Amino acid sequence: MKALLTLLVLFLSGCAQTPAIRGTGDLGIVIERASGRVAIVDTTARSVLARVDGLGDLSHASAVFSRDGRYAYVFGRDGGLTKIDLLLGRIAKRVIQAGNSIGGAISQDGRLVVAQNYTPGGIKVFDAATLELLSEVPTGSKVVGLADLPGQRFAYALFDAGEIWLTDLSNPREPRTQKFPAGRQPYDGLVTPDGRHYMAGLFGEDGIALLDAWRPEAGARKILENYGRGEEKLPVFKMPHLRGWAVAGGRAYLPAIGRHEVLVVDTATWREVGRIAVKGQPVFVMARPDSRQIWVNFAFPNNGWVQVIDTPSNQIVQTLQPGKAILHMEFTPRGEEVWLSARDDNMVGIYDTATFTRKATLAADSPSGIFFTSRAHRTGF
Amino acid sequence: MKLALPALTFLAVPLAAAAVEAGEPAPARQRELIHLVRQDCGSCHGMKLTGGLGSPLTAEALRDKPLEGLEATIHGGRPGTAMPPWKTILSESEIQWIVHKLMTGFPTE
Ligand code: HEC
Repeated sequence: MKALLTLLVLFLSGCAQTPAIRGTGDLGIVIERASGRVAIVDTTARSVLARVDGLGDLSHASAVFSRDGRYAYVFGRDGGLTKIDLLLGRIAKRVIQAGNSIGGAISQDGRLVVAQNYTPGGIKVFDAATLELLSEVPTGSKVVGLADLPGQRFAYALFDAGEIWLTDLSNPREPRTQKFPAGRQPYDGLVTPDGRHYMAGLFGEDGIALLDAWRPEAGARKILENYGRGEEKLPVFKMPHLRGWAVAGGRAYLPAIGRHEVLVVDTATWREVGRIAVKGQPVFVMARPDSRQIWVNFAFPNNGWVQVIDTPSNQIVQTLQPGKAILHMEFTPRGEEVWLSARDDNMVGIYDTATFTRKATLAADSPSGIFFTSRAHRTGF
Repeated sequence: MKLALPALTFLAVPLAAAAVEAGEPAPARQRELIHLVRQDCGSCHGMKLTGGLGSPLTAEALRDKPLEGLEATIHGGRPGTAMPPWKTILSESEIQWIVHKLMTGFPTE
């Protein structure tokens, strides 16, 4: 009897220490940028599970996930790369890898994490398990738009040099890089969901540079050339962001630069097939995972608005004012809800994407990026 | 004297008082400006103003630069670069106040 009691006590105290067994498919993180902290969230319960401090300067932070969905790799402005254990709610490893960083990506096999840096300009390759530095590719230019491609390759663009570089990391200690002229001042890039086409949006000229990663030797070509038709540009108070979510139902929906428009391109011909007038300079133009809707947020001073485009008709079907300074949007894995961060209202609003009603509100300190683990299995995220 | 006319017509209510007096912005407006610089200038220059797509705006980085040039950059932007013109958002006196604060170490929120 006494032995049994001891066993019972051991068992109970064991339970108190070990977190309950659970999956991570419905987890994610919200960057609380002003306080150098991330909130670990549960998209099923619509709740915050834990907060993790000590991540440094998180202005313009972004994150990728390990393919087991357990770890988030957060890239901070100050060059910090932090690996967070979502289940234990704590930092697993943290390194300062550069002076000024802008984001990163994870390889096809999940074994390499690559950071893209402004100063010193270049990419750095890390072992995803240990964050040991394996190699680097200096560029002498600010790196933007880093994206993972099939075959342990990474594509990225050079803001100052106007080039797209394609680096093969099949041997991660010996990167092999091809370089292609792209156009003036690429500001961000994306890879299509199939991993085939890399696009770099251009700031210094009208157009998008397009590289077919199945035939890189053909070089980058320009699409949407002269979409501004020589008209004077409106000021761009915040740079748009590009990612594979732009592609929906055989079309790519892309932010125009200096025009309050979303440009629509047919991905079979790469020709413009439409443009949609919107409320401001688009920042994120994101397809719901089923491609039926495109959600758009805007640069200052129109960053209190969010608009929704219906893809079959290319019409705006909803205009929302979800809060002050909407910085980011993230869909739940299959898109029935979208989470919106309202920086100046210190909250995240969770919306039903069919009815556009708010289902829940979570308090968050100056929230910016929202990243869910469903990104772990998408090329280009 | 170039007056901040676009600012007056564009965002008349909060800016009018400050622009007319051409002195220090009122305390409430100062708080708004600090927020704007840290957060919205911060999207290019970094929340800590240590630089990003835009150059660093720390007191150290700006030390040897002429005031008027910095003010003109904020007012009119820098064509050919990503620095946009803020003249529709900020009055002359607000720009002067921001540059003064940048040169002496920008306040935190
Ligand atoms: C969309 C990006 C962007 C935003 C937003 C932005 N800037 Fe800039 N800014 C730049 C870039 C890029 C440069 C560097 C231009 C160059 O290469 O000469 C710059 C340069 C400057 C300079 C000149 C610095 C120097 O060393 O000469 C000042 C001052 C400045 N910005 C202030 C501001 C202020 C104040 C705000 C907000 C009210 C702001 N910027 C918002 C991109 C931006």
